[in-house]
Amino acid sequence: MAPTTAPSKLQFSPAGQTEIKRLLTHYPADRSKSVLLPVLHIAQAEFGGWVSPEVQDLVAETLGIRPIEVYEVATFYTMYNLKPVGKHVLEICRTGPCMLRGSDELTANLERITGAKVGETSPDGNFTLKEVECLAACGFAPVVQVREQYYESLDTTEAVDAMLNDLRAQIHRPILPWEMLGEVHSQQQQ
Amino acid sequence: MGRKLLTEHVNVEGIETFEVYRKHGGYRAVEKALKTMTPDEVVDEVKKSGLRGRGGAGFPTGLKWSFLAKPEGVPRYLVCNADESEPGTFKDRYLMSKLPHLLIEGMIAGSYALGARTSYIYIRGELLYVLRILEKAIAEAYAAGFLGENILGSGYSLDLHVHPGAGAYICGEETALLESLEGKRGNPRNKPPFPAVQGLYARPTVVNNVESIASVVPILNEGGDEYAKLGVGKSTGTKLFSACGHLNKPGIYELELGVPVEEFIYSDEYCGGIWKGRELKAVVAGGSSVPILPKELILKTAAGENRLMTYESLSDGGFVTGTMLGSGGFIAMDETTCIVKNTWNFSRFYHHESCGQCSPCREGTGWLEKVLHRLEHGHGSMHDIDLVVSVAKQIEGNTICPLGEAAAWPVAAAVRHFRDEFEWHVKHPREATQPGAVYQGAGVLA
Repeated sequence: MAPTTAPSKLQFSPAGQTEIKRLLTHYPADRSKSVLLPVLHIAQAEFGGWVSPEVQDLVAETLGIRPIEVYEVATFYTMYNLKPVGKHVLEICRTGPCMLRGSDELTANLERITGAKVGETSPDGNFTLKEVECLAACGFAPVVQVREQYYESLDTTEAVDAMLNDLRAQIHRPILPWEMLGEVHSQQQQ
Repeated sequence: MGRKLLTEHVNVEGIETFEVYRKHGGYRAVEKALKTMTPDEVVDEVKKSGLRGRGGAGFPTGLKWSFLAKPEGVPRYLVCNADESEPGTFKDRYLMSKLPHLLIEGMIAGSYALGARTSYIYIRGELLYVLRILEKAIAEAYAAGFLGENILGSGYSLDLHVHPGAGAYICGEETALLESLEGKRGNPRNKPPFPAVQGLYARPTVVNNVESIASVVPILNEGGDEYAKLGVGKSTGTKLFSACGHLNKPGIYELELGVPVEEFIYSDEYCGGIWKGRELKAVVAGGSSVPILPKELILKTAAGENRLMTYESLSDGGFVTGTMLGSGGFIAMDETTCIVKNTWNFSRFYHHESCGQCSPCREGTGWLEKVLHRLEHGHGSMHDIDLVVSVAKQIEGNTICPLGEAAAWPVAAAVRHFRDEFEWHVKHPREATQPGAVYQGAGVLA
């Protein structure tokens, strides 16, 4: 199916492209659209933590599907951010089991410390607060997920401080897992 | 202390690696299946074990396997449902991150039984870090010859891949999961056709929960009959329970089915009682979708018998005085918990997670959230209490998938067992909306 937009000026990193090629081998050749969700994860990580319309067009172009097929998926799943975000998106669980162990208080504390309300980004651009539903860590509540990390039992000031300090230390662009994979693959080839 | 079939070696250093897992008896089930059993014999062994789906529905796994259509020349698939999202449930995340090879071993044995040549583990997107753990373990299994071409010289070949979701509770419903795996929105499909006939890529597919697939490993090692000796009646074997809420020792416990609920809550071997020396008020025993029960009905059935951690005992009394084992997500609430607030919270969850495909669910979950919000915040009327029950009834049974029931049941049960607390919010709104207000009415607290 021909893309209906002009060719994208954006590009995936070489490591990202390699990872997409690897993922494509997981599905039957005539079912390559299956790779859409994983590719949107890669796109979000490579282009600033959110998927702009331009990034979604790039994904459509890369997979040879219509842009609407990407839009309808990107807007369905809550992990894809459709607006610009800070360097770290704090996904705070608000569901019952976390609420029973103090997620309301955690959210209020994080709003106070970062200066951002839920749905907003802190003035220093470091933290975006986002409330999410159950993260499957209920026994270690309250819980925050940041990219590929879980921070658990955040019911003390110390635990919250430790999380924020850890995140401040990673404020520069993190190394993406497929970049490391790319290195491993290239080492294997040598 | 009962037997542990899944988590026996969970605390062994390095058990997430192939080498250590193998040293502790890992991959024996695959060797046994591929070298000494036909695929149908593996299915029979699982049937004999009495294993029931560990994701929540409790449908017999062996029976589900036997429904798989096997037309000549058409690929078929085994898909593992690792979209664990039911509030209160966190056992699969634990199992996969600690024992990735146990799931992989179960996937190989299951795929062999079903004749699948490509299998997928669909994991919720939030667990990308667990996806990395699984991918590493899968690479080790390929390197050791347990995946790929001609496994152990048996002539059987299998490719196994992990696929992430991206944040959608609904993808735990098996046909929504398959849509998502095909790169689409997670809208559940109309059934029939069932996945056993037309599943992934319209080909015959079995979708099983992580723990169900992992349980195939001890079933093959011990034999189905031996496995069935554990547990009580039709609740055979062991099961992982996720304990959370106001407990002294929340966490994951593997129980031989049949432990009394009272022992599970209060024994130091398990949850160690209610935190802060408080009293238990209520329990949601099987994930947020199942009916909430007050203390007196979760500890004993209406007939006064001790309630046990089994499918049958937890559902004793139907929805009038019983509940369900569900996913094993066990949420305990202490005497200070506001049942109205908790019910509103769960309704917000289902409203948020409704895919929007069926009007009764899309609109009904919104109304439940809205009316419960005003009840919780002191703006409700007595009519609102009947209204939420009526809305719940009109969602139930009128949707493509069970999310409708999952949204309706907790509301109906909360009003059934805690109506006086809802009425207190209407009659005494100022008192009920004070920070930390606790309902002290008669008949609720034991």
